[in-house]
Amino acid sequence: MDLRYTPDEIAFRDDLRKFFRSEIPLPIRRKVSEGRALAREDYVTSQRILHARGLATPNWPVAWGGQDWTPVQRYIYVEELQAAAVPQPLGFNVNMVGPVIATFGSEAQKQRFLPATANLDIWWAQGFSEPGAGSDLASLKTTAKRDGDDFILNGQKTWTTLGQYADWIFCLVRTDATVRKQQGISFILADMKTPGISVRPIITIDGGHEVNEVFFDDVRVPAENLVGELNKGWDYAKFLLSNERIGIARIGMTKERLARVKRLAQETPAGEGMVWDDPDFRRRLAWSEIELKALEITQMRVVAAQRSKASDKPDPSSSILKIKGSEIQQQSTQLLMDVAGPYAMPRPDREEEGLNLPSVGPDWADAAAPLFFNYRKVSIYGGSNEIQRNIIAKAFLGL
Amino acid sequence: MDFDLTDEQRMLADSIGRLVTDSYGDFEQRKAYRADPRGWSPANWSGYAEMGLLGLPFAEEDGGFGGGPVETMLVFEAFGRGLVVEPYLATVVLGGGLLKRAGTAAQRATLIPEIAGGGLTLAFAHQERQARHDLHDVATTARPDGTGWRLDGAKGVVLHGDTAGRLIVSARTAGARRDREGISLFLLDPATHGVTRRGYATQDGLRAAEVVLDGVLLPADALLGPEGGALPLIEWVVDEAQAAICAEALGAMEVLRDLTVDYLKQRTQFGQAIGNFQALQHRAADMLVATEQARSMAMYAAMMVQESDASARRVALSAAKALVARLADQLGKDAVQLHGGIAMTEEYKAGHYFKRLAILAGLFGDMDHHLRVVVAAGGLPEAA
Ligand SMILES: Cc1cc2nc3c(=O)[nH]c(=O)nc-3n(C[C@H](O)[C@H](O)[C@H](O)COP(=O)(O)OP(=O)(O)OC[C@H]3O[C@@H](n4cnc5c(N)ncnc54)[C@H](O)[C@@H]3O)c2cc1C
Repeated sequence: MDLRYTPDEIAFRDDLRKFFRSEIPLPIRRKVSEGRALAREDYVTSQRILHARGLATPNWPVAWGGQDWTPVQRYIYVEELQAAAVPQPLGFNVNMVGPVIATFGSEAQKQRFLPATANLDIWWAQGFSEPGAGSDLASLKTTAKRDGDDFILNGQKTWTTLGQYADWIFCLVRTDATVRKQQGISFILADMKTPGISVRPIITIDGGHEVNEVFFDDVRVPAENLVGELNKGWDYAKFLLSNERIGIARIGMTKERLARVKRLAQETPAGEGMVWDDPDFRRRLAWSEIELKALEITQMRVVAAQRSKASDKPDPSSSILKIKGSEIQQQSTQLLMDVAGPYAMPRPDREEEGLNLPSVGPDWADAAAPLFFNYRKVSIYGGSNEIQRNIIAKAFLGL
Repeated sequence: MDFDLTDEQRMLADSIGRLVTDSYGDFEQRKAYRADPRGWSPANWSGYAEMGLLGLPFAEEDGGFGGGPVETMLVFEAFGRGLVVEPYLATVVLGGGLLKRAGTAAQRATLIPEIAGGGLTLAFAHQERQARHDLHDVATTARPDGTGWRLDGAKGVVLHGDTAGRLIVSARTAGARRDREGISLFLLDPATHGVTRRGYATQDGLRAAEVVLDGVLLPADALLGPEGGALPLIEWVVDEAQAAICAEALGAMEVLRDLTVDYLKQRTQFGQAIGNFQALQHRAADMLVATEQARSMAMYAAMMVQESDASARRVALSAAKALVARLADQLGKDAVQLHGGIAMTEEYKAGHYFKRLAILAGLFGDMDHHLRVVVAAGGLPEAA
């Protein structure tokens, strides 16, 4: 039993650490660190720099730009990327549709999409959820009907993250309504410019525009955009969702955020001293750090088990990582709001006031409450924490 | 022991309830009020004046209606239900509370009828950036200047300070920044030379302002209350505000609980109402437990705010606020979680209740702060 990395792993880590901190522009990393929204260009710039060094898609097959890394190296990569506040390469591209195309797509689809997906020349959106199909995703209703060489799509997707930037969308659609609901679903790719697709923004409680509704009204999609076999989409979706085991808990990111919370607490005045002098605050911060350490070791154990490929028993680890990871992320945003104190309240309209006015409170404080509000999402999406507990109880505990 | 309302109190509660339903029943109305440059509705304000709410806690001889903490509780519970955005806390509870206790007969006679009639709003410019939740931490100074005063300093997150017709400003006439003695109050017109205000929206959809005082010259009679001895008064009035906040949080929590329960009954997933899932039923049940606990604490706050022993009063109010803050925080988060994605949208009500509760929980001190007050006192005051 040893928590330490080997000398080779340390060298690997130091290399990445240096690269992330010297090559990804500081203004972008600062936005990530402060929890502010990134512009489309920020994602693109960052991902292209990573891709040029083979660091955008390490989990892809080597033939398509992946890295032949050990599980520990993959783990170190995610940790260091998040700790340096580098934007994650776009998850829809890198962790979702990319691996699905690489594993189940045709040769033509691989040629056409994978290089552009890795380099973020194509921005993908995830068209899974619908108004009536959230936790119960398999009940989705958007249909695709065969018509000559095309499919015709009708229906609505929702919660489509950053769909306003998307060039393409990968969708789960119903292609057979006569069989068990999981068996009549297919996985199809649509160009967002296709006539009949429209996007409507959803503004979230933090005031941001991060999600959208996407409507499909007689949208004609060439049959060649079907991925894999007809009616096998549910299998591909499960593959896709199980793919993100490392990184789902965002441990590196939370570590970075807690370190920042600590730093800001040390410089934010509160009565006689600083926020940091408040033992109650420190106690809560310490609990978050302790829970995060446990989760980190849990995650390392998952990584080590992957290395030895010990078993294919049902494995609750991704559910554990999701539940605890999201809870601690939420705690970290609450701690940040606590540091801001009364200055978590102002929400100046920068456009109305003129952008060159100084911030009302400390320059980081106006982002604290929106981040806290926004992070309620992390226990809802990606399989809500209730659904994760159902999975543990049913699939693992046999209840 | 008596937890019943009098007939008059019940009638008051009914009519405020109706008023809030009329003016806030459709959530789009609140959006429209917020879009007013003031950030609130002058028409609603007149409505409150007509109903007598703006004069409610003032003595009858000053032009008010002589209401007490229970009446204030009823108002705020209803305001919490509607997420009311008007400057009632700032004007009537904070500003009005200071004015009615510290004002001279002449100040009261000119200003209270104006407030009660809806023509004048107030704001209490007290908090400073370094002070956080410590009410005695005041760096702003007031120095004698000729026959009057000269004020210098900066006040932050002044609730509704952007539109207030008069500001009540705390400043140090003696002592060091964290002394309990030496704090005084001044009544001033924000148009006075040297006063700058920067108004802004707050995260929960209300308004506040930063107020800078740069060589503000005031006449001698701008002093409100005893020179150097304002802190006990400030503490009392802030306790009254805490009692109001507890009631407001209660109203908002009850609405959010009911919204959540309705949603659990309507929303189907996996071929059934999600309210069938026992994991969610238990959390909804906990919401009911929480609102009843919060109601008890809002009542405790209303009863204890008139306690003559100031230190017992302060501990009791901190106890109420600590628990209400904790319950509001948990209920708000659970309500969003049980709704799923829909509660993350600006378009749907629930998220606005969640945000307001998150801000109310921290207003005039968060849970940690108030728990510390109780801990330092060695627990709650003995029952009277
Ligand atoms: C900010 C954000 C971004 C998103 N981005 C995307 C995206 O890019 N693409 C995409 O396809 N989707 C996206 N989603 C959708 C997300 O996956 C869904 O919100 C999620 O699956 C939950 O569905 P729902 O919101 O409809 O809630 P519901 O499924 O209606 O759930 C409501 C509540 O019921 C609970 N519940 C449901 N079933 C059970 C059960 N059996 N037992 C116990 N409790 C249960 C849930 O846990 C929740 O508390 C996003 C969501 C958000 C909030």
